Order: sequence, then structure tokens, then C-alpha cells
Amino acid sequence: MQRRLGFWLAAGWAAVLLLPWHIAEGWPTPWLTGSNDAGGGSALLQGLLLGRWWLLPLALPLLAGLVGALGRDPQGRPRAAWLIGAGLGGLGWLALESLAVAQPGLGLGAALYAVTALVLCAHGLALRGWCKGDVFIVSSIGLVLGSILVFVGYPVIRILLSAVQDNDGHLTLVGLFDKLTDGGIWGLGCVTGAGSVCGVAWNTLALATVVGLMTTVSGLAFALIAVRTGFRFKAALRLVSILPVITPPFVIGLAIILLFGRAGVVTDLMSSLFDIPRSRWIYGMPGVAMAQVLAFTPISFLVLVGVLQGVSPTLEEASQTLRATPWVTFRTVTLPLIRPGLANAFLISFIESLADFGNPLVLGGNFDVLSTKIFFAVVGAAQDQGRAAVLAIILLSFTLSAFLAQRLWLGRRSYTTVSGKGDAGLASPLPTGVRWAATSIAAVWTALTLLVYGTILVGGFLKSLGRDNTPTLIHYQTAFGIEHGPNGWWFSGSAWDSLFTTLGVSLVAMPLTAALGLLTAYLLVRQNFIGRGAFEFITMLSFAIPGTVIGVSYILAFNTPPIELTGTGLILIIAFVFRNMPVGIRAGIATLSQIDKSLDEASLTLGARSFTTLRRVILPLLRPAIVTAMVYSFVRAITSVSAVIFLVTAKYNLATAYIVGRAEVGEYGLAIAYSSVLIAIMVLALLMIQLLVGERRLGRRASALSVRSSASKVNA
Amino acid sequence: MTHFPTSVPLGTPAPASPVNRPAVEFRAVTKRYGAFTAVTDVSFSIETGTLVTLLGPSGCGKTTTLRMIAGLEQTSIGSILIGGEDVTTRSAAERDVSMVFQSYALFPHMSVLDNVAYGLVVGGMAKRQAEEAARAKLELVGLAGLEKRLPSELSGGQQQRVAVARAIVLEPRVLLFDEPLSNLDAKMRRRVREDIRQLQQSLKLTVVYVTHDQEEALAVSDRIIVMAGGKIAQDGSPRDLYERPASRFIADFIGDANIVPALLEARDGGLGRFKVGAASLILPHRDVAEGPVELAVRPHAIQLAAVGEGSGGVPGRILYAAYLGDHMEYEVAVTLGGREITLFACTLDVDTPRVIGDAVSVGFVPQSVTVIPA
Repeated sequence: MQRRLGFWLAAGWAAVLLLPWHIAEGWPTPWLTGSNDAGGGSALLQGLLLGRWWLLPLALPLLAGLVGALGRDPQGRPRAAWLIGAGLGGLGWLALESLAVAQPGLGLGAALYAVTALVLCAHGLALRGWCKGDVFIVSSIGLVLGSILVFVGYPVIRILLSAVQDNDGHLTLVGLFDKLTDGGIWGLGCVTGAGSVCGVAWNTLALATVVGLMTTVSGLAFALIAVRTGFRFKAALRLVSILPVITPPFVIGLAIILLFGRAGVVTDLMSSLFDIPRSRWIYGMPGVAMAQVLAFTPISFLVLVGVLQGVSPTLEEASQTLRATPWVTFRTVTLPLIRPGLANAFLISFIESLADFGNPLVLGGNFDVLSTKIFFAVVGAAQDQGRAAVLAIILLSFTLSAFLAQRLWLGRRSYTTVSGKGDAGLASPLPTGVRWAATSIAAVWTALTLLVYGTILVGGFLKSLGRDNTPTLIHYQTAFGIEHGPNGWWFSGSAWDSLFTTLGVSLVAMPLTAALGLLTAYLLVRQNFIGRGAFEFITMLSFAIPGTVIGVSYILAFNTPPIELTGTGLILIIAFVFRNMPVGIRAGIATLSQIDKSLDEASLTLGARSFTTLRRVILPLLRPAIVTAMVYSFVRAITSVSAVIFLVTAKYNLATAYIVGRAEVGEYGLAIAYSSVLIAIMVLALLMIQLLVGERRLGRRASALSVRSSASKVNA
Repeated sequence: MTHFPTSVPLGTPAPASPVNRPAVEFRAVTKRYGAFTAVTDVSFSIETGTLVTLLGPSGCGKTTTLRMIAGLEQTSIGSILIGGEDVTTRSAAERDVSMVFQSYALFPHMSVLDNVAYGLVVGGMAKRQAEEAARAKLELVGLAGLEKRLPSELSGGQQQRVAVARAIVLEPRVLLFDEPLSNLDAKMRRRVREDIRQLQQSLKLTVVYVTHDQEEALAVSDRIIVMAGGKIAQDGSPRDLYERPASRFIADFIGDANIVPALLEARDGGLGRFKVGAASLILPHRDVAEGPVELAVRPHAIQLAAVGEGSGGVPGRILYAAYLGDHMEYEVAVTLGGREITLFACTLDVDTPRVIGDAVSVGFVPQSVTVIPA
């Protein structure tokens, strides 16, 4: 413990003595000399030489830390109270001075200082016996919680604040009520006839409800086919489940425009064959709803397959032996049993629809939803961040309510039984009517999906799909051309920059996302500490924040000091890490709950601290979860658009933002050519995961898994 | 009735020399989980070189107590000393104890040798040295030659021995066993518990052993701490607990005693005259006041005779009879203290079986009867 304390104290002193305290313009500047007025120099140099006296007290907590580390309590151990005081004092003063004094954004020194203060405090608390005296666990909880507070909590608080600020930044509650109840948001013009359009909040809710219902029904259709029929191509259904993973969210919208737009392929056919006049019907709620149902059905399918498999066949057999017909059995036994599952699937699709940004953006036309309205409030002519904040608060309250309903209300209602023991009995066949309904819904969905993906893959090779179907490579050339110039080969295509940025940012974010997510999962599953419930609640809440809200809040929070990150690549990485962290958490929780907890405890009693235990025992067993978390966070970073579209710059543009930009100006050929390339990259990534994880199962993992199953058998 | 208490009787001051410091000491320890109190104000100390069992029905707090010794749970109130040192706020890794888990908890991704060497390696010992020490312990538990196997390739009994080797390789001050036999079949249990006892005595280990099986506890322990409802119900040698139970609970939990109402008529020195219905018994009175009392009567202390044979028996009627090869089991209804009670009796006399409905005269063997202190 002493050695590590020494290390952290050294890091703390380095943070105030050596490292640049602020983000300096044109860094690296001659920061050692402290001569740069723009903000170069370490905290102490700036404090002494530039008269920034408020930086000097930062050294006091480090002195207190030294006292704590070198001093001895009656048991001969470092003094806990001094360390806790040092940590809290350091963090407190850092927050106070950086919020109160106008100065450049915080830099490397400040970041390291904050971490050091946290760890010192954690040492003190561990000495007091927190978390069974484990420094690593206390520090990890502090760091995870701290980073979530800074990169999720603080931005959300900034949104709330900016809703109660007027345009000059003064706090005012006067306009808040009017802003929140604005006619543009809550107007009922379309119902009362007082105007032609309804408020954007009603639009959003109506769309989400319709999409939620339709998605649940079509998901159920697929689930019934998969679980309750002798359908022969069940392997194909697995393909369905990975579609949403590899498809950027707006791609389906793009394809629908190319199919059903005024000049779309299907529209052409209809007009020439049946003389149906061309119209723009697809732009608006019908188109958006269609795109979202196509996009989210696989998600509800996955939820409902699990639920249906949990219904014990013996219950249906019991019903049949009591003289119930298949239809009566389905209506009175099966459906009531899966009702919580249906509600769950509905709420998940509901939330997805609320948060979706790409499809309404390309297909919405005059039909506004909250997520697009927020976007235009920020980037449009009005540049009204206050309004964006108000809209974001409303959207956030919708998603959070739905999320809480799903967690708290549905969490405890499950009639289905998941037991390891094989339940005897055969699932009863579906009633004929239900089977036909399910088959036809699934057939329509499959046909449309094939059409959509066909359009995307083929369309990129046509000059202008629908209008001029000449095969060409021009789109790929424009986007991904490589030319030989005077300086050798160079990437002349217009898409290369954004593709490289996307890959680079995603690759950097990948291990960070996985590490943070798995660490959080480990703390949630394996550790018991005061406030664990609250910790879980906070991490779960960050699941429910729509990307658009994250984007707006990041602009509001990180555009000005004390944390100034907009325009950098770093903010993209941070956005990805905190947005995709749930992937890592889920993978981690799923795998960890299969690993016997006494393995950790055995390692602890053998003298390994929790960090060593994590490294030598848990991580090797978690390997499949690590691979999964990494690849999914990579793939999700590539397909993400809603959060980062606010954060990209000319220098750091991302593939999705670039594609949306092309689509907005009507360059559909280029947009779908680029989309196909993204889809191909992600298919490759998923194949890799299959290869890596699959191979491990065959090797030593096989025996490890069998141990676990035999151990659990014995325990049962 | 002689017995040799291996523990220092309560009230005797602990010897001051460091060698004789108790290996484990609980001082008024309470453990709460939210509103639920798992362990309430428990104090005890465990002498070096003894095997002490924590015994009790499930949910009595015995496993929580064991885990608090290991440092896997923290106390809510009170302090824990190991080797005279206060370890209350120390993590499991900082305590000089190791543990054999119910599920063995062998690391599935490591070989047997790596499992046993693990504690030494993470403690900073060179790999080669650690493996040598691990090999020696594997030989000690009779597993030489299986070093390269994975735990999944061993039988249940072998896995258990690997777990023991892994725990003793660190030569901990205290070795903890959490229900070590519960994953073994009945025949293996007897053998493994003998092995554990032998190992403990030959290496002079201090062992704390948790079980819910009273027979297992009687067989292996120097001393047994019986817990019930988060408190210590009785603390003593196996003989103490069986022959001088402190309460109805102990009498029933250890050895299935029948609780029989009686009357203490007179005391004379250490002995008293007890009246059970018509029968009269001379037993140690254990400082119980004269008047109505309760006796703990072991099943084999009950003698059944035909009515009219012998004298001073209590009249009874057979409710249930079962033949178990080497002995007979009966349930007998008798009326004592004004109410009918059912006695569970067990006798080696299989040649004169009684049948349901027989009227019998019930007598008591005083050696296996004791009064329960109020």
C-alpha cells in the first residue's frame, strides 16, 4: 500500500509542478517556463509567475497527502483521515477554482491531479475499511462514478441549466414554463383544426407508439415462427438478428427514399403499370414509421424469442389435456404468459424510436420529431441552444419514463421460468390463423428488407438508381479513389478522410469502452458496497439517454472552460466511450454471473488483492466477453450518428455524418456506396469475433466451461 | 463423567505470552445486512492448534462468521483479532488465513500445480520455488503425478484435496473449511473427514470448520461452537454438548433428544432425585432448582418392556415401529405431566419386536438422560 501511495503522490506533484495545467493554444508551448499567457505552464509556475494565486492552494492537499502517507496511526498504518481530507480538499478546490475563475480549459495536469486526489481519498477510505479495505475497488468505484458524473451527469446538468438561462446567460425561471409548454411542442392543431400541424412532442409520441406496436407484432411473428413452427431455415433467422448491428441507422431510410420516393424504383413501376400518380407520401410519418419498423423488428424479435422459449410447454400440454383447442390455449395460456415480454418489447422499440435520429432526418420532410428538431435548433439558422436544451429535456423525460417503466414495473413481472432442467413436453403447434398471420407479416418484412439491402448494395454501382440505371463505378471512385500523383500514391477519394477518422476514433474508443464497461460490470456483479443501488441506477440511467441529447449536452458542457473539448478528436472518443459503455456492461454482467463467485474469494484468501485477482482469475475467464465488448463497441462507434453529428468538424468528420451530409444534398449514389462499404467493414468485424471467440471455445475454454457446469450441477 | 476441555474456560484470563495468544478472537461482533442481523454480539476465541467447528442449522450465521474471519465480510460492530492483531478493517488478502470452499473454487483455467502455487506466486515468490513447494503439498495430500491436469479432469474427491493443498501451501495461521464435505457422496465423506482431522493433527494446524451436520462436527472437533439465530447457543467440547446440553435446542439439535417433563423432588450433593411419571431417576442436578424440570432423554435411553415386567415404568403405547436391520425404531405415546407426548426410541433388541398398538412399560437408562438447565 505504501509503495502505491508513494507513486500516486509523485503523480500528484508531477501534475502541479511539471504538466501543463491548462489546455494551451498551440500546445506544446514552452510550458516549463510558464511564460505563455495563453495558459501554458504548470499550476505552481502559473501561480507564482503569472499571479494566478488561486492555483497555489492546489499544493496543500498534496502536502496533507504526504503527512497521511508518512504518518502512522496507532496501528502503524498511514493516517486515513489525512488522506481522505487531502482527496476531498483537492477535488473540492479544483472544482471550485475552475468553475469560479475565468481561465482556459483544463489540461493534462488538472486531469492527473483530479485522478490523484480521487485515489488518495480512496486509499483513506479503504484504510477505514470501506469495501473490505480494498484500495483498488474503492478507487475503481470512484473513477467510474467520477467519470460518469463528469461526462454524463455534468452535461445533463448543463442542459437543465441552459433551459433556465436567457440568451445572455442569466438565470431566469420566468420563461421556463412558457418554453416547456410552447405551442410548437405541445400544439394540437392537427386535431382541433386550429392549424395544420401538431406539436413536435405529439408527433414524436405518436410515431413511437405506432412503431412500438407494429414492431412488437412483427417481432412476435418472427419469434413464433422461430420457436413454434417447423420452419426449416432457422439459421436464416440468426441473420435477421445481426442486421441492426451492422446497419447504420439512417441507411434503411435512404433505401426507402430510393424505392418509394417521387423518383423511386417502386414509384416508377406503380406509375407506369397502374397509373398511380407520383407523390411525396413517403416523406413524413409513413416513411419514418416504415423505416423504423424495418430497423427495430430484429430487436423485438430477440426479446420475444427469449420470452417464448421460457414458456414451459407442459403448461400448454396441461391446457390441451383439459380439452382446450389450440386457439383457446394460445389465447388463454400462451399470450397471458408472454404479456410482460410483449410490454418489454414494446417499450424497447418505443425508446429506440424516440431516440432515432437518422431516419427522421432523411425521411421526415415536414414531419418533425424531437431529435431532428433539436438538431436543427443547434445547427440551423436560429442557433438557439436554449431551445435545443428545452427540447432535449422533453425528449429525455420521455425516454427516462419509458426506461423506468421498463425497469421498475416490468422488471419484477415475469411468469416465464428459466431453469436449467430440461422441461419435458413439446410446444403445442400454433393455431392455423395465428400461423398464417405470423407467416404473412414475416414475409412482408423479409421482402421489404431484401429490397432495402438489395437497393443499397446494387444502387452504389448504378449511375442514379431509378433514373439512370447505367452500371458505373463512379460513386466508388469519387469516394474511395486512389491516384498516383507527383508525390506517389495518395487517397484522392472524398470519403477517405472521414473513413480514416472513423476507424481511428473507433479503434481508440474500443478498448476504453470495453475496459470501462467490464470494470463497471465487475463492480456491479461482484462487489457489495454502500450506495451500490445508487451506483447501479446511475449507470443504468446513462443507458437511456438518447444520442441527440448526449450530443447537445456535450456541446453545451464542453464548448467552454473548465473542460473545453469541442472541435477535438478527443470529444468524439469520449462520446463513443460513454455512449457505448452499456455494451461492455451487458457483456460483462452476462459472463460474470456465470463465473462462480467463490473463485474470486479463493484468490483473495490466498493473498491476491482484487487487482491481481481480476488480472489472473477473472480476465482469463472473461475473454469471450472482452472480445464481444470490443467488437460491438467498435461496430457501434462506426454506425453511431445522433450524438456525434453535433461534434464533428471539418477536421474530424465521421463516416456517418459525411453520409448524412451527402444524402441531404441528394447525392444518394455516393451515400449508399459509402454505406455498403461500412456494412462490409462491420460484417468483417463480426466474422472476426466469431472466429476469435469460437476458436477459444474449442480449446482450453471447453474444459473450463465444463468445470463450471459440473460445479453448478453439484451445487444444485 | 470426565472430560478434558481443550479450550480455556470462560473467565480465565488469557495467557500473556505471544505464543499462546488465541489464533482467532471475536470481540462482540455483530453483522447486519440492511435491516437483517445475521450475527448478533458474538464473542469467542480459538486456541492455536485446535480444530473448532461452527455448527448450526442453515441461516444460523455460521458461514457469515467464517467469512468474517476470512475477511470476505466486514463486521458491522465489534472487532476481530488474528494472532493477537486487530484485522477488523483489513481485506481478505491482508489476513493470514486461507480457506477451502464448499465448491472448492479451483481456477478452471489453471493446472493443478498452478492452482496450488497460486498463493505463493501472487505473494511474490519465484515461480520455480513456488512450484516446488506446491509439489510437496500435493504429495502430502496424495496427488503426486496429477500436477499437469486441469481441475475438470479430476474426480470430486481429488478436487477437494487440491483445494486443501492450495490452502495449506501458504502455511496460514488459520485454515478455514466451509462445509467441505457437502459435495461428496456418503462414503467419501467419512474418509475425507478422517483425512482432514489427521492432517490437522499432524501439521498442528488451527482450523475453523463450518458444517450443519452434527455427526460430522462430533467426529472431527476439539471444540464445537453451536450457533442459532445469529448467536452462540453453546460452546464446548463434543462431550460437553452431547452430555450436558445447555438448552432444549442443543439437546434436540445434537443427538435428537426427547424432551420429557419431570419433577426434581430432592437434591443431595451433586445429585438429584427426578420423578418421571411413575419412574424415578437419580441424576446430576446441574444446579437446577427443585420443582418441575425438563429432561433430555436420548432415543437409546428408552427401554421398552412388556406391561407388568419390572417396576416403576411409565405406561405407553406403540404408535409406529420400523425394523432397520441392526436396530429397531419406535414411536411411543406416553402421558406425562398431564399431556400425551410422543417419544422417539431406538433399541438394539431386534428379536422381540413390538407391533403398533402394543401396550408397553417405558423405562429410562440414567446414563443417557440429563436435566436441561432452565
